[in-house]
Order: sequence, then C-alpha cells, then structure tokens
Amino acid sequence: MQQKTLTKRTLTSSSCSHINTAFTGFGKVFKALILLSVATISCTAYTQTKTLSETQAQGKVLAFERAKGNCLACHVMEEGELPGNAGPPLVMMKVRFPEKSVLKQQIWDATIRNPKTIMPPFGRHGILTEKEIDAVVDYVYSL
Amino acid sequence: MTKKTILDVRRREHRRLLTSLLITAIVGFMSLTVSAQDSKQLSKQNIVKSVHNDVTQFQTFYKQRFPEVEFNEFANGVYAIDEASREQWLEIEDFPPYELSVDQGKEYFETPFDNGKSYADCFENGGIGIRQNFPFFDSKKEMVVTLELAINQCRIDNGMPPLNYKKGEIAEISAYMAYTSRGKTSQIEVTTKKAFKAYLNGKQFFYAKRGQLNFSCADCHMNSTGMKIRADITSPALGQTTGFPTYRSKWDEIGTLHWRYAGCNKNIRALPFAAQSEQYRDLEFFHSIMSRGLPINGPSSRK
Ligand code: HEC
Ligand code: HEC
Repeated sequence: MQQKTLTKRTLTSSSCSHINTAFTGFGKVFKALILLSVATISCTAYTQTKTLSETQAQGKVLAFERAKGNCLACHVMEEGELPGNAGPPLVMMKVRFPEKSVLKQQIWDATIRNPKTIMPPFGRHGILTEKEIDAVVDYVYSL
Repeated sequence: MTKKTILDVRRREHRRLLTSLLITAIVGFMSLTVSAQDSKQLSKQNIVKSVHNDVTQFQTFYKQRFPEVEFNEFANGVYAIDEASREQWLEIEDFPPYELSVDQGKEYFETPFDNGKSYADCFENGGIGIRQNFPFFDSKKEMVVTLELAINQCRIDNGMPPLNYKKGEIAEISAYMAYTSRGKTSQIEVTTKKAFKAYLNGKQFFYAKRGQLNFSCADCHMNSTGMKIRADITSPALGQTTGFPTYRSKWDEIGTLHWRYAGCNKNIRALPFAAQSEQYRDLEFFHSIMSRGLPINGPSSRK
C-alpha cells in the first residue's frame, strides 16, 4: 500500500512538472486553467485505467500511432509515452469543449480557430479519414 | 414637392457625385504616383534598410525568447537552449566525429585536378577562411551561389565531373573550408533588386506552410522553438546555418545543409526540393542572413 502511494506520487510529480513547463508559450488564463486541471484531475488520472468503448479504443490507437494522428508529438495524453509539449495537455476535454462538434472541428481543421496554429489540419488535409477522426474525437472526449 | 425642387435635388446630387468622383480620381492618381515613387525608391539604401530591419526583428525575437542565452551561443543550435542535451553533446565534442571528415576534406582540397590547378585557384584567399562570405548573390549569374555550388563550379571549370550535393566528398571539402573559417562572422549583404528578390523568395519559403502536415519552418523553429515535438526539442532558426556541414549521429556521416532541409521537408510530408535547387539556395540565403553576426563554427556534430 505504502509503495503504491509512493509510485503514484512519483508519477504525479513528474507528469505535473512536465505539464508546467509545457505552458510557457500560452496565455495566462489558459495556463491557470490547465494548472488548475492538472492539480485537480490529471495528476491522479495518470494512474487510473478506464474502460474504453470499442470506438474509443480504436481512436486511442489512431491518436497514438506515429503514422496516423501522432497527437503525442505535441500533446501530453493519459498513458502516452514520451509526449511533446508544443500543444496543451489534453485533459478535461468535456469541460474545455461542452460541444463535441467544436472538438471535432479543432481536430478536423485547427486553423479555423487559430489560423497560425502549428496543429496539422487532420481532416482538411486528409491526414485522417472522417471515420478515423470520429473515433479519435470519441477517445479524446473521454480524457 | 414641386418639379423644380426635385430637379434641384437631382442637380445637387449630381454635383456631389461629380465631386466625389473627382476626389477619388485625385486620390487614385496620387497613390499611383506614390507607388511609382515606391518602386523607384527600392534603391540600394532601402533594400539594405529593409533587410537590416528583418534581421533585427528576427534576432530580437530569439533574444527575448531565450534571454539567458548569450548571442554567440545561438550558433550551437539546440544545445544553446537545452542543458540536458548540451551535456551529452559536449562529451561528443571531446572526440569530434567530424575530425576525420575535415582531414579528408583537406586532402581533397589540396589534391590538384588533372589540369594541375586546384580548388585554391577558384577562390578568394586560396579558399582559406572564406566560409562566412557564402552564400552570396552573384550579379553576373543572377543567382544565389552557395559554397557547395561554387565547389562544383570550380570542378566543372577545371574539367572535373561535379560531385553529389548531399554528402560524401563535397561535404568533406565544405567541412574543411568551414573549419578554416571558424570564428569569422557572416556579414552577407543584399544590395541589388535581383538579390532582394531572391532574399524575399527565401523568406517566403521560411514562413509558408507546406506539406500534408501544414508546417512552416517558422512553426517549428520560431513559434514553438524550445518546445518538444515528441522527444525532439526544436532549435532556434537563428544560428542554424553557421555549423554546417554537420555530422549527424542519425546519418552516421557528415552532410550538407540542403540534405537537412530535405529531411525537415519530408518530415512534414512535403515533397523535398533537390539539393542546390533555386528554392533551397534562396532559403539558405535568407536563413544565413538572419544569422548575421554569428561566428562560423562548422563543421559541427548533432544528434
Ligand atoms: C504539431 C503539433 C500538434 C499535433 C501533432 C497535434 N496538435 Fe492538437 N494542438 C496543438 C497546438 C499548438 C494547440 C493549441 C491551440 C492551437 O494552436 O490550435 C492544439 C490544440 C488542441 C486541442 C484544443 C485543446 C484545448 O484545450 O483548447 C485539441 C482537442 C487537440 N489539439 C487535439 C489534438 C489531437 C486529437 C491530435 C492528433 C490527432 C493533435 N491535437 C495533434 C498542436 C498539435
Ligand atoms: C515539425 C517540425 C519541424 C519543421 C516544420 C521543420 N523542422 Fe527543422 N528540425 C526539426 C527538428 C525536431 C530538428 C532537430 C532538432 C534541432 O536541431 O532543431 C530540426 C533540425 C533542423 C536543422 C538542423 C539544426 C542544427 O543545428 O543542426 C535545420 C537547419 C532545420 N531544421 C531547418 C529547417 C527548415 C529550413 C525548415 C523548413 C523548410 C524546417 N527545419 C522545418 C523540426 C522541424
């Protein structure tokens, strides 16, 4: 039991500091929001494994795979190894995106919300098919 | 309303319309003459000023993003901004993997061509300590001339077959020439309209999004420089050119800047251009000018 708590704490602190440093480039409000979410949810979420629906599980594979979504190149995501930090950690998605369709739009073509974004337009440029994007959206929405 | 007043109103409207037309015409004419003046004023002085402003803005961006990094340090790429990878790199630099390439390059450089002449005859100062003058805009050829292009030109002029541009002999000769120029600062100038056009072409390449993944060079090496793309931290674009050619452990050999350009283009699923194509030469022209004032420190070792 004691050891379990210990592991959890180590995991927590490492993932948290990662997220902290990830945010130097973003707006203050956004930063505060994420830090809050980090403090409350994501740190502990790291050690939990949820059960995913079949589509969500497919979406997870697509999101993690380098030749597909490769979202981990830029985003910290639950259970994702060696993530980059050019984008914000994907946590509390339902709070960040009350409308699931807006989340889909962000993944379909991130340039709509931010014309200068570095996030690839997965749908518009045919990097993922619409079906694949729907699966990714389903998965990301569970984060 | 009587007929007369209606006519009056019409007339007044008419006059107003005429006046506004006249004003538009005058303004239009004025702006025409202004723009004619503009292009006339694209004088040497204005070109120099415009490039100078770009350089200042570009360098200020990185100085503000990394206030703790000394200016000259930017020549060391990602190792200027990331302590962890810097330590590994310093260890590698104890026994630089490019040393053999420099020796090999020196040998090639000093071996005479079949006609008895050698590379030294093609370059200013016998080719020693001149890396910082490349790339430059050749007004006779009306194109950007990079060091590698000049090396091959020298061979062709002396009846030798040209070398492949990405690696091997040309990279080794380039490495030797860079080595003899270490510490010299690059001061490449843009003075003519045609040179300015090539410069702007390179600038456009640097900032334009391309490829299926829709990235510009600036996206990774400016907007999100210092951040992690997976496990890779992206270096500042400032100082990227000074250390080439580069011995990359991923390549396991020494290679030229244009090989690297092609790699970054492929990574974003864009079609790479040929080494020494006009696009890459113009890009190198812009890219090197942005690092004006930094010391030449090639060849270098990179991950
Ligand atoms: C090369 C970098 C990069 C990649 C790859 C990337 N993103 Fe992003 N993403 C960003 C950046 C930067 C932002 C910040 C907002 C913006 O610029 O659009 C962002 C924002 C987001 C957001 C909005 C987050 C919020 O809270 O507002 C979501 C959701 C998202 N990305 C999902 C994904 C998914 C899913 C994938 C993979 C299929 C992915 N991203 C791949 C860089 C990336
Ligand atoms: C998706 C991100 C990305 C894009 C877009 C990108 N690069 Fe890179 N680039 C990298 C990474 C990662 C490295 C390796 C780490 C480093 O040295 O920056 C790198 C390395 C380099 C290097 C070697 C730097 C050195 O010190 O040895 C050069 C030069 C370079 N890039 C130029 C460019 C140019 C020019 C473009 C546009 C045509 C470009 N890159 C586009 C990610 C990118």
